[in-house]
Amino acid sequence: MKSYPINIKQYGQNSVLVEWPNIVDEAILEDILQFVESFKNLNLAGWEMSAAYNSLTLVNSKEEVNFENIEKLILECYSKRMDSKVKNERFLWKIPVCYDVDFGIDIEEVSKTLKLSIKELIELHTSFKYTVYGIGFLPGFMYLGGLPATLEIPRRKEPRLAVAKGSVGLASKQTGIYPQDSPGGWNIIGSCPIPIFNPKLEKPCFVNVGDKIQFYKISRAEYDLHKIEGEVGIYKPEKIALNA
Amino acid sequence: MLKVLKSGFFTSIQDLGRLGYRDMGVPVSGAMDSHSVKKANLLLDNDPDAAVLEITMTGPTLLFETPTFICLSGANLSPALNNEPIENYKVIKVLKGDILSYGKLENGFRTYLAIKGGFHTTKVLGSRSQYFPVTKYRCLKDRNEIDYEETASFSPIISGIKMDSHFDMDYLEVYKGPEFSILSDNQLASLFSKSFSVSKANNRMAYQLSELIEGHKNSMLTSGTLPGTVQLTSAGRLIILMKDSQTTGGYPRILQLSMASINVLAQKKSGDTFSFKLL
Repeated sequence: MKSYPINIKQYGQNSVLVEWPNIVDEAILEDILQFVESFKNLNLAGWEMSAAYNSLTLVNSKEEVNFENIEKLILECYSKRMDSKVKNERFLWKIPVCYDVDFGIDIEEVSKTLKLSIKELIELHTSFKYTVYGIGFLPGFMYLGGLPATLEIPRRKEPRLAVAKGSVGLASKQTGIYPQDSPGGWNIIGSCPIPIFNPKLEKPCFVNVGDKIQFYKISRAEYDLHKIEGEVGIYKPEKIALNA
Repeated sequence: MLKVLKSGFFTSIQDLGRLGYRDMGVPVSGAMDSHSVKKANLLLDNDPDAAVLEITMTGPTLLFETPTFICLSGANLSPALNNEPIENYKVIKVLKGDILSYGKLENGFRTYLAIKGGFHTTKVLGSRSQYFPVTKYRCLKDRNEIDYEETASFSPIISGIKMDSHFDMDYLEVYKGPEFSILSDNQLASLFSKSFSVSKANNRMAYQLSELIEGHKNSMLTSGTLPGTVQLTSAGRLIILMKDSQTTGGYPRILQLSMASINVLAQKKSGDTFSFKLL
């Protein structure tokens, strides 16, 4: 595994930002997550870490951070990151989406703009595996990478004041699910009936950065069923272990 | 029980925040002016993280159904117990049937009500801080009832301290943010010589500033953000993220407020002015 030049920046009194080269690349994300494991193994108190694309934010909620000390520790940890025996488990999650026009309120317009039939559009959207490059913006909102160029469409000229929870959208190089009702400018092509974020659970978001998502098409009847299963908390999304 | 007779403009339950869920995109939340909360909890001999009410601009009317001790802190919102004026930063004994109300905003923007033992709402993901949709509601509503423990007697170690004046400060201390280096000489000059004011777009998520500085064409990949991060949009708008802010963002993070300055900004309202002072 190759090493990257990493850049460590002080970020206020209790945080540090570590940056990898400024590109969207699975190998870089993998390297960041490997570092996260190695840093976790130090068992230092108070640290929270969140990865997004090419960067990792380390926040210490307990105390002010001595930057020189932590910088040294991070560099040391980065050089030893491959020693960790613990291999992070990664999953491919199969996520149901109903593409009915009732939910996919922009799907007809998107199909015209992209010059694809609705059937082709759904086949394309469901045939790729999208990498989770980050979780943020809203609790449980996944930044997904790997959308085919044929599905790239600019975000809507005017954002909507309210996009329904579960809505699945397209916007330039991104596709994703709105985890809650929210304003938003993405083109909505369907709806996912299961909650991606559930604060009642000990682990409220089942997906981790580094996992993959693949959508599959469901009927309206299946949507209604999964919706109820999701609400009462018995829906278990299908997952496939990725790394062997 | 504490009965909310009138909820006021925006009153919410807050502690020191929801830690450990940043990687799932959950904002840290918690009291905007944590300094004032810690002081009130200290006077009541509470855990620093004990839940308080955060009261913004216009106060609620509250009925205590069991005896306890309270301490008010933060902004001066002319508080009164049974219509008799009371002071911030004093431990005050409260009897069954007492009514706490507020009047004119004299200084600051957010005031706190701490209670002996803290408010006993259900914790969600390790915190009582209200943030929708992690918690069911974003703030208190009329007729809400909040649980607290009855305390008939308590001898505080110190019964009161001097009023805080951190909300009279007219500058915010800042560190360089991760994208500080993109700033042009022109932008730097504006940032550190001009005075800025809080726009009407200010809430627990973010404070937008009224004055624009020169815009930019830098784009970046989405990356982590923190309370106190100052973002610069391509149009030159400055946005200061606060406690309920999202955990990631795509605008350059040019400055980072010191922890103390987050408390200072939390006490500023629309129209208040300040300058930035680089540490």
